[in-house]
Amino acid sequence: MENTIVKAENYNSYFGDNHVVKDVNISINKNEVIAVMGPSGCGKTTFLRGINRMHELIPGATSKGKILLDGENVYDMNAIYVRAKIGMVFQRPNPFPNLSIYENVVAGYLLNGIKLSKADKDVIVEKSLTSSALWKEVKDSLHKKGTFLSGGQQQRLCIARAIAMQPELILFDEPTSALDPISTSSVEALFHELKANYTLIIVTHNMQQAARVSDRTAFFYMGELVEFDDTKQMFTAPTDQRTQNYITGRFS
Amino acid sequence: MENKRLELSDSQLKWETIFKWFLIAMSILLLLIVLGVLITLIMESMPSIKSLGISYLWGKVWDPVQNIYGAYPFLIGTLLTSFIALIISVPFSYAIAIYLGEYNPKGWLSDTLKNAVELIAAVPSIIYGFWGIFVLVPLVRTLEMKIGVMPLGAGVFTASLVLAVMIIPYGASLGITLIRMVPSPLKEGAYALGATRYEVIRSVIMPYTRTGLFAGVLLSLGRALGETMAVTMLIGNTSAIASTFKELVFGPGNTMASVIANEFAEADHTMYLSALIELGLVLFLVTVVINLIGKRIITRFTNN
Repeated sequence: MENTIVKAENYNSYFGDNHVVKDVNISINKNEVIAVMGPSGCGKTTFLRGINRMHELIPGATSKGKILLDGENVYDMNAIYVRAKIGMVFQRPNPFPNLSIYENVVAGYLLNGIKLSKADKDVIVEKSLTSSALWKEVKDSLHKKGTFLSGGQQQRLCIARAIAMQPELILFDEPTSALDPISTSSVEALFHELKANYTLIIVTHNMQQAARVSDRTAFFYMGELVEFDDTKQMFTAPTDQRTQNYITGRFS
Repeated sequence: MENKRLELSDSQLKWETIFKWFLIAMSILLLLIVLGVLITLIMESMPSIKSLGISYLWGKVWDPVQNIYGAYPFLIGTLLTSFIALIISVPFSYAIAIYLGEYNPKGWLSDTLKNAVELIAAVPSIIYGFWGIFVLVPLVRTLEMKIGVMPLGAGVFTASLVLAVMIIPYGASLGITLIRMVPSPLKEGAYALGATRYEVIRSVIMPYTRTGLFAGVLLSLGRALGETMAVTMLIGNTSAIASTFKELVFGPGNTMASVIANEFAEADHTMYLSALIELGLVLFLVTVVINLIGKRIITRFTNN
């Protein structure tokens, strides 16, 4: 139990009257890589965005139920604090175009008005970029704009930006769907390294990716969490017929 | 089924051609009209340009009776009213743009406010002139008594106030559009790092839209420079230059547009008329340049 980092209890999300995530119960352990997969519109991204309370930024979006982060309900906390505490990486790399690579890494601190000494910033930048396997590539061009990097590098910069805030948990919303195959494999390789220090929840519509990178997989269908199991188990012998149908490609 | 449109008949082809040329002709005609206006202005100001030369622009005295024409008081008047108006209107247009672009982009309140802002631009300027005379002039008069300026009410400051209201929509509408164009992944990236709304506006939206918002300011400046009717009704109409800064701002003045409107009908000799038209030419060129720069920034911004 003490190993649990995120726990959803009867969690529901809505867009207006549209019930998108239905009564989800799930418990995620520390230092696990979790893949969340399912067909488009199944609620997987909405569920992910519920964890760090990004969901409610959309007008008309509401939610019900609990999401416990280290035993504390995020919906009882300040949303700003929750978002600062949980890292998030999006579908399209979104480095801030007006900031340099260096500034992008410490953007979380800049945005929150936290003043850091130059030495502290240097340490954070180097550490975060090293963790996101980007340091070697960019260490001589730290003060160039982040948007000059390739797509894969930009995505790793966004991962560094998330890591810099020292989160325990990082959410990935289809992080490679806008990337080419080479960039994709560089980001996937990174997941294995990040596992040592962070818990990763990765939403993906790519089953091969789920199978490659995750320890456990959650399968969402029509807003429900259908099955949540060891990735190997899930892809070899799923218990639910719907999971079976999905992984054998009967629908996608 | 037989496709009846496979071959176009001769009359259809002919109509296509006629229609195309009609459209081209209308467009070219418009271009010719603008060029025609410019050429007329240049031709008609020739007598004044020839006899006064470039010193016309900084001549401080405008005395048609003695045939002395200096545009300097009106250049100052135009620049002063426009810039004061700009300074007053920018906080309003930025605030409206941020509110309707980011805080409240949808819903009836947002639509009503946006329509109201656009309505400000649609109100005929003579109405603003009336409103200024009945409402602003007494208010400014009270203010002038307090600060020890001759309490005329009408003057540069009053004209600037009404101008400020009139130009708000130009900066605001463009600002709303630009702020709504900020890619949501960028904003979400900042929110996901724990930024508050204000921090997102300050660190993501403002840097992203800065040049575009500046273009909006330029467009409203272009509008302010040329505004005639409301300004003429409120500026007090004097061609003398005030000696102190206080009097310059609060005392009566004249802009290029207002002096043309006031004196054109009574210009009884060629030189007088030509000097007024040259003012028009200067005004035309300045507003064209400002508008071109503004449009250019917007095109560059929207292409990225």
